[in-house]
Amino acid sequence: MADETQLATTPGPVTDLPPLLDPTASLRRQVRRNALTLATLGVALLMWLVFIVAAPEVFLSTRIYTAFATTTPLFAMVALALTLVVITREMDLSFGSVMALSMVGFVKVYGWTGSVVLAVLACLLVGALCGLLNGFLVAILNIPSLVITLGTLFLFRGIEMVLISGRPTVLRDPEFDWLRSLLTGKVGDIPNQVLWTIAMAIVLWIVLNRTRFGAHIFLVGDNPTSAQLMGVRVARVRIATFVILAVVAAFTGMMSAMYIGTFFPTLAEGTGALLNPIASVFIGGTSVFGGMGSIVGTFIGAFVVGAINAGVVSAGMDGFYTELFFGLVIVLSLVLQTLITRWMRR
Amino acid sequence: MTEPQTEPTGPTDAPPPASDAAPPTDLPPTDDAAPPVIELRNVSKTFGEVRALSGVNFHVNRGEIVGLLGDNGSGKSTIVKMLMGYHHPDPGGEVWFDGQRVRDWSVPRARSLGIETVYQERALAELQPVWRNMFMGRERRNWLGLLDVAGMRREAAALMLGHMGFTSSAVHPDNMVQTMSGGEKQGIAITRALYFHARLVLLDEPTMGLSLSETAKTLDFVRSIKEAGRSAVFIDHNIFHVYPVVDRLVILDRGRIAGEFARSEISMDDLMERLYLVARTGKLTE
Repeated sequence: MADETQLATTPGPVTDLPPLLDPTASLRRQVRRNALTLATLGVALLMWLVFIVAAPEVFLSTRIYTAFATTTPLFAMVALALTLVVITREMDLSFGSVMALSMVGFVKVYGWTGSVVLAVLACLLVGALCGLLNGFLVAILNIPSLVITLGTLFLFRGIEMVLISGRPTVLRDPEFDWLRSLLTGKVGDIPNQVLWTIAMAIVLWIVLNRTRFGAHIFLVGDNPTSAQLMGVRVARVRIATFVILAVVAAFTGMMSAMYIGTFFPTLAEGTGALLNPIASVFIGGTSVFGGMGSIVGTFIGAFVVGAINAGVVSAGMDGFYTELFFGLVIVLSLVLQTLITRWMRR
Repeated sequence: MTEPQTEPTGPTDAPPPASDAAPPTDLPPTDDAAPPVIELRNVSKTFGEVRALSGVNFHVNRGEIVGLLGDNGSGKSTIVKMLMGYHHPDPGGEVWFDGQRVRDWSVPRARSLGIETVYQERALAELQPVWRNMFMGRERRNWLGLLDVAGMRREAAALMLGHMGFTSSAVHPDNMVQTMSGGEKQGIAITRALYFHARLVLLDEPTMGLSLSETAKTLDFVRSIKEAGRSAVFIDHNIFHVYPVVDRLVILDRGRIAGEFARSEISMDDLMERLYLVARTGKLTE
């Protein structure tokens, strides 16, 4: 402890690389640090192999991958944003209703103004307001998020149904063409949805891992009391994650409606819409107990879920097998997650 | 009061390290002229019907470690929370920092003046690596406004080696805090406070629930506060932990200060006897 005073009082750059950063140990450490993500990747590859063995003619052609690449992004993007919420030790069940209610904003504002740009902005604004309400109820009134977002799931859906009288709206005006091709067109053979998902994953990875806000997301989920005492604005961080999720939900709602060409008031209603993103987050290794999670994991997790959805049917198996596979993968992932976390803590 | 002191200015305001065996002195060259780092003047605190503190005068000098002793309900934790900015004194009481009266006393104000608290537990985010904890709430950013992760890791490694005395390659800034011992965790909390120029570290029962060797390690870290020229208040029930590391002892009883001693004036046995006496009679002498 010879030079501790100097160290303790000089927060300047340290020039000597300490022997703690020994490169031989760093590979093991990298593996350990990313063990959960690696395990998810392992599960994904294993499942892919199972599908290839089960139906090689389907899984060695590109057609299945194109089909899969257009549907998976719709919940993958929500899953990516949901990851931030789950890391803060919260949950949001209302995102499906937010997707639909935001689209009412889109349809109404387009009806009033005839402007697609304003409609897009209105859609994202409605999303943001829904997220703000969720965040307020959770972070300021301290209502458990699992319960209150179950409430807002019905509330937002109810408002939506009343406002639009339960009727579908066709979105095939030529004015929408640029938006449709922007959201759901193709670059070469790759659907834009995939590119949007990759872009969103990159942006959210940077937000989570390379910004002060992202650092605070981890701290809030891990130890909100000490985070608060160290100057982290805990409530604000929580509200922000809910708002980000809701805006992303609004965006994917728009993408989904543009892809189909019609806004059905039942957009993202039902268990599938709810379960796919949540399963993706947990398969991706994000902890239910907060403080731990990864965007890369969720990204892979979403493709695992997407592969189950597309793969089981394409492999010629009965649709009932989807649930079996879902169950197997979720249970296997959570068991792995528990074992690996235990190992990481050793 | 003497001329008001300026705000903490960083590395230059730290005097050279003093040996922990040295008698309690103020730090040169300011010595007697320097006002206390913090001072509570005639502070009372009432919660409804309960008077937790009455007419308390308490101060901590620069480079001094003050032990705050007292039984349950003596007002220790009220004083700590007052120093943290969590409580405001009742009308008539005053808080002074560096010779200047602070009227808008609050947690953010106390933090901005360099008051840091180290708790017995829950001070760290256990699932996060050491470097994230070290820079908790004060993350360093690069010119792009993004986190300087490499810089924070490197700095945390240097602090672990230099200040915390880790040598083994098993300890690494990427290690989860959960994998560390209780003493090491307190080490991180104290090192963090010193690194960010804490002027006054409040140690709120930092050895609670720790094993013998972990306690010894924690007490070493407490000594390092003094060596770095900073001040501390050490609050504990256990005088065996407090006595060896402090310069001065303040004994609280039922919301008022029953007495205070320089450590050099009183032996551990004498102190024990007086503490029993205070608990029974409210007085330090018969």
